[in-house]
Amino acid sequence: MKIIVFVKQVPDSAAKVTAENGQAAWGEAPMVINPWDEYAVEAALQQKEAHGGTVTAISIGSENAKEALKHALAMGADDAILVSDPALKNLDTQAIARLLAAIVQKVGGVDMAFFGRQAIDGDSGLTPTQTARILGWPALTLAASIKVEGSTVTVERSFEEGRQIVSANLPAVFSLVKDFGEPRYPSFMGIRKASRAEIPTWTLADLGIAAPTPVVSWPTLINPPSREVKCEFITGASAQEIAEKLADKLIAEKVL
Amino acid sequence: MDFSLSQEHQMVQKMVRDFAQKEIAPVIKEHDRKQEPIPWAIKRMGELGILGICFPVRYGGQGMDYISLGLACEELEAVDTTLRVVMSVHTGLCGMTLLQWGTEEQKQKFLVPIARGEKIGAGAFTEPGMGSDVAAMQTTARREGDVYILNGEKMWISLASKADYALVTVKTDPQAARPSQALTSFIVDLHSPGVKTGDLHGKLGVRAGSTGWISFTDVRVPVENRIGEEGEGFKITMSAFDNGRYTVGAGATGLIRASLEASIRYAQERKTFGKPIAEYQLIQQKIARMAQNYEIARLLYLQVGWMKNQGLRSTLQTSYSKKFATEASFEAAHDAIQIHGAYGFSDEYDVERYLRNARGAIIYEGSSEIQTIIQAGYALGQRSDRPLRCELPAYDPDTWQE
Ligand SMILES: Cc1cc2nc3c(=O)[nH]c(=O)nc-3n(C[C@H](O)[C@H](O)[C@H](O)COP(=O)(O)OP(=O)(O)OC[C@H]3O[C@@H](n4cnc5c(N)ncnc54)[C@H](O)[C@@H]3O)c2cc1C
Ligand SMILES: Cc1cc2nc3c(=O)[nH]c(=O)nc-3n(C[C@H](O)[C@H](O)[C@H](O)COP(=O)(O)OP(=O)(O)OC[C@H]3O[C@@H](n4cnc5c(N)ncnc54)[C@H](O)[C@@H]3O)c2cc1C
Repeated sequence: MKIIVFVKQVPDSAAKVTAENGQAAWGEAPMVINPWDEYAVEAALQQKEAHGGTVTAISIGSENAKEALKHALAMGADDAILVSDPALKNLDTQAIARLLAAIVQKVGGVDMAFFGRQAIDGDSGLTPTQTARILGWPALTLAASIKVEGSTVTVERSFEEGRQIVSANLPAVFSLVKDFGEPRYPSFMGIRKASRAEIPTWTLADLGIAAPTPVVSWPTLINPPSREVKCEFITGASAQEIAEKLADKLIAEKVL
Repeated sequence: MDFSLSQEHQMVQKMVRDFAQKEIAPVIKEHDRKQEPIPWAIKRMGELGILGICFPVRYGGQGMDYISLGLACEELEAVDTTLRVVMSVHTGLCGMTLLQWGTEEQKQKFLVPIARGEKIGAGAFTEPGMGSDVAAMQTTARREGDVYILNGEKMWISLASKADYALVTVKTDPQAARPSQALTSFIVDLHSPGVKTGDLHGKLGVRAGSTGWISFTDVRVPVENRIGEEGEGFKITMSAFDNGRYTVGAGATGLIRASLEASIRYAQERKTFGKPIAEYQLIQQKIARMAQNYEIARLLYLQVGWMKNQGLRSTLQTSYSKKFATEASFEAAHDAIQIHGAYGFSDEYDVERYLRNARGAIIYEGSSEIQTIIQAGYALGQRSDRPLRCELPAYDPDTWQE
């Protein structure tokens, strides 16, 4: 089983992201592996443990995206590739998907391409389906469990309305939810391997494609208008009295 | 000179931090209140390799360096002291002494399962009648053919009731010319006939940890379990302390950090007289002191870790680290409580636990008074390091992986 898992370096979820001069800014907050991608790495490693094969972690980004890749290596991925090129700027999900599809082709022989369900910075969750579309592979999104038999894969999808069982032929693209369990900690052996790993960098020339053209651009980012919040405590002698006062207020404010 | 942590070190730090924060932090308060250890904590630390972090792979360890050991201790004690105590006695006192003084057979037989966390180790020196004055111990061993017969009692022993093995130092030669030549060390299987163990209750701190007693009644310990030669027990015990104290100094650094972080959070939220208390200089002074002491404590233990990696003796530097960090951690917790006002006095917040946990380390692994005596001895030229028959091996990134 040849598995690719795509990982992205994003601002820490504890970071306060604001718009500054039309750009996203998160101050001194550290960059971390996208938490959803950590679940994807976990799921990929579980598939490898069940069926054998290899797990390759891949990221598009600048040099510091190697941190996310090293985290995946420390968790147990076999190898990692960084895709970086000065021509790659302001890409939308469609352009990223074109790039990812080219990467999958270049790696060759891939059975499964894993994604986290979304990246916590852009939060679009579109890339997996778009990549599948370009590859012409089935998109098995929001996968909560994966069962492989021969070249057939059965996936239980988990979404707000319920669960759905779908099956498809490999190769396929997957986006994953948390049901595979908490991502494992890196092992010390993994940490040693990761810290010593030389991660190869592929450029557009290596992929043999030109920089994909974005169709959506973000001319500027603005902060949401700040809202005045007032806090009022409703007191009363009994629960009944408090509830009545609250109900009157809600009606007066036309909330109810 | 290079003060930066390697990427490997940073990843170790993050891994141990994630474990302690995710798995221990949510449940520690409840166990501390009940005065009961978290039953799965030691096993989990073993599974994750933390217990064997700094031992060569061929001895069952994870092949990391001594700095990684210190970093792990800092992260563990930033959540709870009891986790770091496990590192001090299992990894420091017991495992590292085997690495330093054990024969190849002893390393294979005892260090491998200890490094893997399959067996738990302790270090037993203190007795009901002595602690600081190691040479005054009363537990005895007398040789009969291929075994030694041990009799006596050890007290205040961390993990006494949890450990499988203990490094035990006893008196073998009451007639020795110098008291320090009277002692011999053994690795004792605590499941042997004649060994009894129990826990002590009512401790001020480390309440989620196990501290107890071990009694020996005609316990037969094979000669193969003797560590070093007869009469080398004092030196071996002092080497054990060099390693144990390092983990205590590194851990106390984490406790300073925990008090500092809690204080910053609280001081920015709590308002008096219309302003967050973080804006008052008297509060800032306390926070600045914690921040400064954290930095000093950190540099002191990292220096020791570096010296250990180089294979240099660090008895004096370890003493500086241990004494400074443990005293500063108590002071930091005390200030943190003050910043928290009445809430700091309650176990709703963590800082009162930090204070109780910080207190013991000023006594154990060589009290502050004993550290002062050591430091003065070096300063006045009354004390110097003589080469040991067995030194702690320097860290070698290549052979450590074999
Ligand atoms: C939580 C906890 C865990 C422990 N774990 C272990 C363990 O795992 N293994 C183990 O062997 N022991 C352990 N101990 C015991 C610890 O090492 C001893 O308490 C310590 O060595 C001090 O010995 P003592 O309590 O007998 O005090 P004493 O030696 O009786 O000293 C009493 C006081 O006198 C001071 N003092 C002693 N001599 C001098 C001097 N010459 N000059 C000035 N002051 C002096 C001491 O500093 C101390 O303040 C533990 C203790 C605690 C509290
Ligand atoms: C065991 C116990 C019993 C108590 N019993 C009573 C009682 O019987 N009746 C009662 O009314 N209260 C009682 N209290 C409450 C006690 O009086 C308050 O805790 C105390 O007044 C401090 O208030 P606080 O805890 O809200 O801290 P805060 O006022 O929030 O102060 C937090 C910290 O900031 C410091 N600080 C505040 N303002 C400044 C400033 N301008 N500059 C510098 N530092 C500042 C404080 O000194 C403190 O260190 C009791 C408290 C305890 C712990």
